[in-house]
Amino acid sequence: MLSLHLKRALQDIRQNRLLNAVTISTIALSILIVSAAFLFFLNTTDMLEAWRRGIRIMVYLESDLDKAQRHAIETRIRKLYGVQAARFIPKETALEQLRAQMQRQSAILDGLDQNPLPDAFEVQMIPTASTWEKAEELARSLEAVAGVSDVEYGQRWVERFVTLFNLFRLTSYAMGGLFFIASVFIVGNTVRLILYSRRQEVEIMRLVGATERFILAPFYFQSMIQGALGGVCGLVALFIMFMLIQSKIQAVSVTGLVNLRFLSPGLLLTVVTASTLVGWLGCHLSLKQYLKV
Amino acid sequence: MSDSNARAAIIRLFHVYRQYHAKNALTDLTLDIYRNEFLFVTGPSGAGKTTLLKLLYRGEKVSEGQVLVDGINISRLPRNRIHLLRRKFGIVFQDYKLIPTRSVYENVALVLEAGGRNARYVRKKTSSVLRTVGMENRLSAYPPALSGGEQQRVAVARAVVGDPTIILADEPTGSLDAKSASLIMGLLKAFHTRGATVVVATHDRALIRSIPARVIYLNEGQIAAAPTI
Ligand SMILES: Nc1ncnc2c1ncn2[C@@H]1O[C@H](COP(=O)(O)OP(=O)(O)OP(=O)(O)O)[C@@H](O)[C@H]1O
Ligand SMILES: [Mg+2]
Repeated sequence: MLSLHLKRALQDIRQNRLLNAVTISTIALSILIVSAAFLFFLNTTDMLEAWRRGIRIMVYLESDLDKAQRHAIETRIRKLYGVQAARFIPKETALEQLRAQMQRQSAILDGLDQNPLPDAFEVQMIPTASTWEKAEELARSLEAVAGVSDVEYGQRWVERFVTLFNLFRLTSYAMGGLFFIASVFIVGNTVRLILYSRRQEVEIMRLVGATERFILAPFYFQSMIQGALGGVCGLVALFIMFMLIQSKIQAVSVTGLVNLRFLSPGLLLTVVTASTLVGWLGCHLSLKQYLKV
Repeated sequence: MSDSNARAAIIRLFHVYRQYHAKNALTDLTLDIYRNEFLFVTGPSGAGKTTLLKLLYRGEKVSEGQVLVDGINISRLPRNRIHLLRRKFGIVFQDYKLIPTRSVYENVALVLEAGGRNARYVRKKTSSVLRTVGMENRLSAYPPALSGGEQQRVAVARAVVGDPTIILADEPTGSLDAKSASLIMGLLKAFHTRGATVVVATHDRALIRSIPARVIYLNEGQIAAAPTI
């Protein structure tokens, strides 16, 4: 019985090749766009997480502080909420590091008659407590400490990015919903068109004693096949795009710095299942409407 | 109507009316069709023969009156049980009603597939019935590529393939030569002998004379006295 419906569904697909191709492409496109957005979030979340774990705040001190004052500052820093460790970096060490980083260009530093760099503390946050908000809060508290001239953390710009990122996330939820509705509508419309072209056949089947279930089952199969194929095509396209982008990034970046990942097998399966369900739903709504008339 | 009639009747019509646009196609029709009866319904074109048959399998609803099939009042039959009524019937439609996009074989097999028969049975039975009507060489042809007579034979094959209890045949030999016509009538007669109730609508007098059977004569939607046959 099942194979009979499947056979008829495949027959229908073959007989309406163009219509089916258009429907499958539309679903594929929707899946591609939505899962591309999802993949982007997945990887950016990864990156943000990695940065968050490594938040280091540099606290630059005013010049002309004596040892006692420095100790007082260190004690105050250590007492602040969220601080795991504070390491003193004297300006000499900072200069050494700068020299090392500049390599061949370091000759310009030789011309200096005094060290222009300030003494500093490198503050590390407790990983579990470090959110972007907390980091900003801590940075402000550190700025308020007497004797501190400046506070900086390299990922401060990330905070602004996170806001943008969340906005983008909301937008793509809305977009995903829109594509979902569009896909359901398109599948439903395809079913309607095929049903319309088959109305004589449907009537004859009823006359010879076929149940509605028997008559309509192939339509469900067909729509679910459309959904599944659309999902698979969309994901294949996404994978190709992913490979292209990854090879580009790897060409310009230092090894292992950016480690992109693709959707996990479980997620891939979920996406295909979801798009199969979209096919089912489109068909169901369309048939429900048709049967009422 | 006596009790014994009621028991023997498989189809009962009580004061049945059917109107199309305020014009009566059938007027106050009361009729019993008995189990295992061979019945001819005849009358001039437009008399209401096809309309009468349609009311039996609920191809149309009565405007007034009652139709009982196997004791069930079919006007009250809910939509999701109509297929059970239709499965009692094997119908040769006047306009054949073959599915143009399905092959001869598929058209006939459809009845058995819809009835949930297993694939092996469907294959055997469909081929055998199509052989009986002499269409075994056109199994994969599509109806539009067939002559009127060939389509009619496929329509007959489809009507009988499910071994129905009641066969309704609307002009089943209208497009056939004498030889094919008598083959089809022989087939219907064989089903009758095996216990089926057969109702044939026709205005072919030669056909009616070919088999001893009850004949009802319709004229302008009413049962009338038959003119001399
Ligand atoms: N769907 C319909 N809409 C309007 N009028 C109809 C419809 N079906 C049948 N009629 C009318 O009902 C009357 C009976 O038609 P019916 O088809 O039952 O005649 P018939 O006896 O089968 O004729 P024929 O021998 O030509 O097949 C005719 O006057 C016909 O015009
Ligand atoms: Mg007629």
